[in-house]
Amino acid sequence: MYDAQLWQPTVSHEMLRKRAELLRSIREFFWQHDVLEVDTQLLSLASISDPHIEVLTTQAKCLGKTQTYYLQTSPEFAMKRLLCSGSGDIYQLSKVFRAEETSSRHSIEFTMLEWYRLGMNHWQLMAEIEALLVNVTGEGQIRCEYKSYAEAFQLYVGVDPFVAELESLQALAHRHTEFGLQETCRDTLLELLFSTLVEPNIGQHQPCFIHSYPPSQAALAKVQTSVSLAGIPIETAARFELYWKGMELANGYYELSDSVEQMQRMQLDLEARVKDSKPERQIDERLVKALEAGLPECSGVALGIDRLLMVLLEAKNIESVIPFTNDRA
Amino acid sequence: MTVLLREENMAISASDMRNGAKVMIDGDPCAVLDNEHVKPGKGQAFNRLKLRNLKSGRVWERTFKSGDSMEAADVMDTDMEYLYTDGEFWHFMATDGSFEQHAADETAVGDNVKWLKEQEKYVVTLYNGAPLAITPPNFIELEVTETDPGLKGDTANGGSKPATLTTGATVRVPLFINIGEVLRIDTRSGEYVSRATGK
Repeated sequence: MYDAQLWQPTVSHEMLRKRAELLRSIREFFWQHDVLEVDTQLLSLASISDPHIEVLTTQAKCLGKTQTYYLQTSPEFAMKRLLCSGSGDIYQLSKVFRAEETSSRHSIEFTMLEWYRLGMNHWQLMAEIEALLVNVTGEGQIRCEYKSYAEAFQLYVGVDPFVAELESLQALAHRHTEFGLQETCRDTLLELLFSTLVEPNIGQHQPCFIHSYPPSQAALAKVQTSVSLAGIPIETAARFELYWKGMELANGYYELSDSVEQMQRMQLDLEARVKDSKPERQIDERLVKALEAGLPECSGVALGIDRLLMVLLEAKNIESVIPFTNDRA
Repeated sequence: MTVLLREENMAISASDMRNGAKVMIDGDPCAVLDNEHVKPGKGQAFNRLKLRNLKSGRVWERTFKSGDSMEAADVMDTDMEYLYTDGEFWHFMATDGSFEQHAADETAVGDNVKWLKEQEKYVVTLYNGAPLAITPPNFIELEVTETDPGLKGDTANGGSKPATLTTGATVRVPLFINIGEVLRIDTRSGEYVSRATGK
């Protein structure tokens, strides 16, 4: 129900100041590190193909024709088109939109910091993220922990995620959530177990990077060879996530630049969407063309600014850091 | 009087479940106490529901895929007045002017039998039209039918003594309370609050 009385912001004036300070120190950091700020459009004529993310759309008249525009779920595609055109290192602070359920840590509209570094692998990018956190928080004692996906899983779930049998994953998931006995998708079970058993236990004191994901959970990251817990060589994806005080803050990759692979992945995603009766979307073929022209070797990361603020200021709800979110809009 | 359409039992998806929604889980009517949206990784979304089984009272958590749906449970809370008991059933009447009567059995009444006072208002939870549970008001005023005269200075029991009330409930009361006095009792804790004022 639209209640006119709810005009007040849900954030304190102190929070407004803290947010302004954070944005300023982020800009300072990138200025010092020679990374260019870009400001690409929120609207696109195409969208992501992801089967699990829903997007906001709008119609607008352009040259006498009504077009469907999609609101970005991240600035990634626009920024990659810039990278392929020779922009060099770039970063962006922008609003992104995800048509999802809201929660204490989910807002339909939120702020993402996303940046790309040419010639850096994901290890180097993780080191830069740590430097950024030290810089913007003024906390010299921040020392990020590093755990591989397999290590974290073994430690908190008790099995090696790369070799565990489907049946044992089903049983584990069911034991802890009462869901899973009928689930045949391995990654769904791994993700549920990770979220239920690993996430609450990592990054409680220092921020924690989880790296080296199963390749099936990071289709667009480079693949690397690692040594499994059992001592045998396995393939893992050069993907990482950052967790701090129970919150997922960032997601990054050593980017795969293969345009053929990208197009194949988009097609598979689209088929999955059709199968689930989800709305079809215009594939971003312009991104594919850009990749054909060549994406320089780079790593990229997307970091949630609102959640970072929540961690820094010990806020329990995202509405404490966003003035007019969700039903307060 | 509201008529419940029982032929069409609505399905609600896990992501749409609000606090207070009543759904069927494993054949039992349950109330949703909390619904947390969980998006692990970049894949399938889940909802972690905190549920209360309305038959057994058990509170527990279960996770569902966001798109999974459950049958809505035909559960309704109605304000009713307690009339009388015939020893087997306890009879209530709706207070909305419909004169609708319901008979609650021993299981539905449970422990709350000690708070049943004629003409008092209770919330009766109806499941498929039949009483599943009753909830007494938070506070109730009941008369003392039995208690020992309190001996002044008797601090051996922390300055209190047992008393029996008209409904059969026993509560601990201050030593100065006598038979015939009407007391205000907190039904949630079963404790004496004060002497009843007025009424």
